[in-house]
Amino acid sequence: MVLLTRRIEFSASHVYHNPAFSPEENRRVFGKCNNPHGHGHNYTLEVTVAGEPDPATGMVLDLKDLKAILEREVMQRMDHRFLNKEVPELAGKIPTCENIARVIWDLLEPKITQGKLHRVRLYETPDLFADCYRDGAGASNEAGR
Amino acid sequence: MADSVKVELGRRYRFAASHRLHNARFSEAENDRIYGKCNNPYGHGHNYILEVSVSGPVDPATGMIANLSDLDGFVEREVLEPFDHQSLNEDVAAFRKTVPTTENLCMEIYQRLKVFPKAKLERVRVQETTNNSFEYAGENSEGQRL
Repeated sequence: MVLLTRRIEFSASHVYHNPAFSPEENRRVFGKCNNPHGHGHNYTLEVTVAGEPDPATGMVLDLKDLKAILEREVMQRMDHRFLNKEVPELAGKIPTCENIARVIWDLLEPKITQGKLHRVRLYETPDLFADCYRDGAGASNEAGR
Repeated sequence: MADSVKVELGRRYRFAASHRLHNARFSEAENDRIYGKCNNPYGHGHNYILEVSVSGPVDPATGMIANLSDLDGFVEREVLEPFDHQSLNEDVAAFRKTVPTTENLCMEIYQRLKVFPKAKLERVRVQETTNNSFEYAGENSEGQRL
């Protein structure tokens, strides 16, 4: 099995606010991320696909195809958007790194038909990231470093 | 049916510390042969990068596996405070008798962090230099390693 990783970057804004919490609770739980007008990040997304290289092409999947899937599913949906309001898949959810990574996983998994989606790693900052993978597959992934 | 897609939260921390790789049971020549420059008598230091991964259910009310302020506070207290700007050999009890290689450092940090009460510790990764890094996920972790 070979792992192939593609990296893309997008920029988006968000705010953490749970309407079921009091203003004090929102402040306590979410801190600065609760500032009312939101704030933004440059997100880095690493998408890892696992598979056997096709003997004829030497490819797990055609990078052009992966690039097109990421453009359609992630960039067009999230790049330069306000995640809370403009991404329907995040409606009613707090757009944390964990939740965004999971939404991206759910968007990509059915679209990757050559090879198998192995891991989604989303960096919100260089020091904070979330990993998504099928239980048992393992998030440890040298290819994604 | 239980959701089989797992989500982990990863967080990176930094600390700087010195160490010397030396085993008192080895002869001088043996220490020199095995550890090379790392055996130089007064030690040397690194800017370590520590990567901590935790897992657990994402709380629907907060969207979080664990609140970062809890994780940061815990790692600060258990690892950064006792290790940062210290001599690992002299200032960390665990390394009085164990050689502070980054393998051993990884395992020591794992032991300290595995009791984090708010989420499950999956693994720690310690980068000693940009070219060397080490990972530990506890015993029986083969299923989670590639």
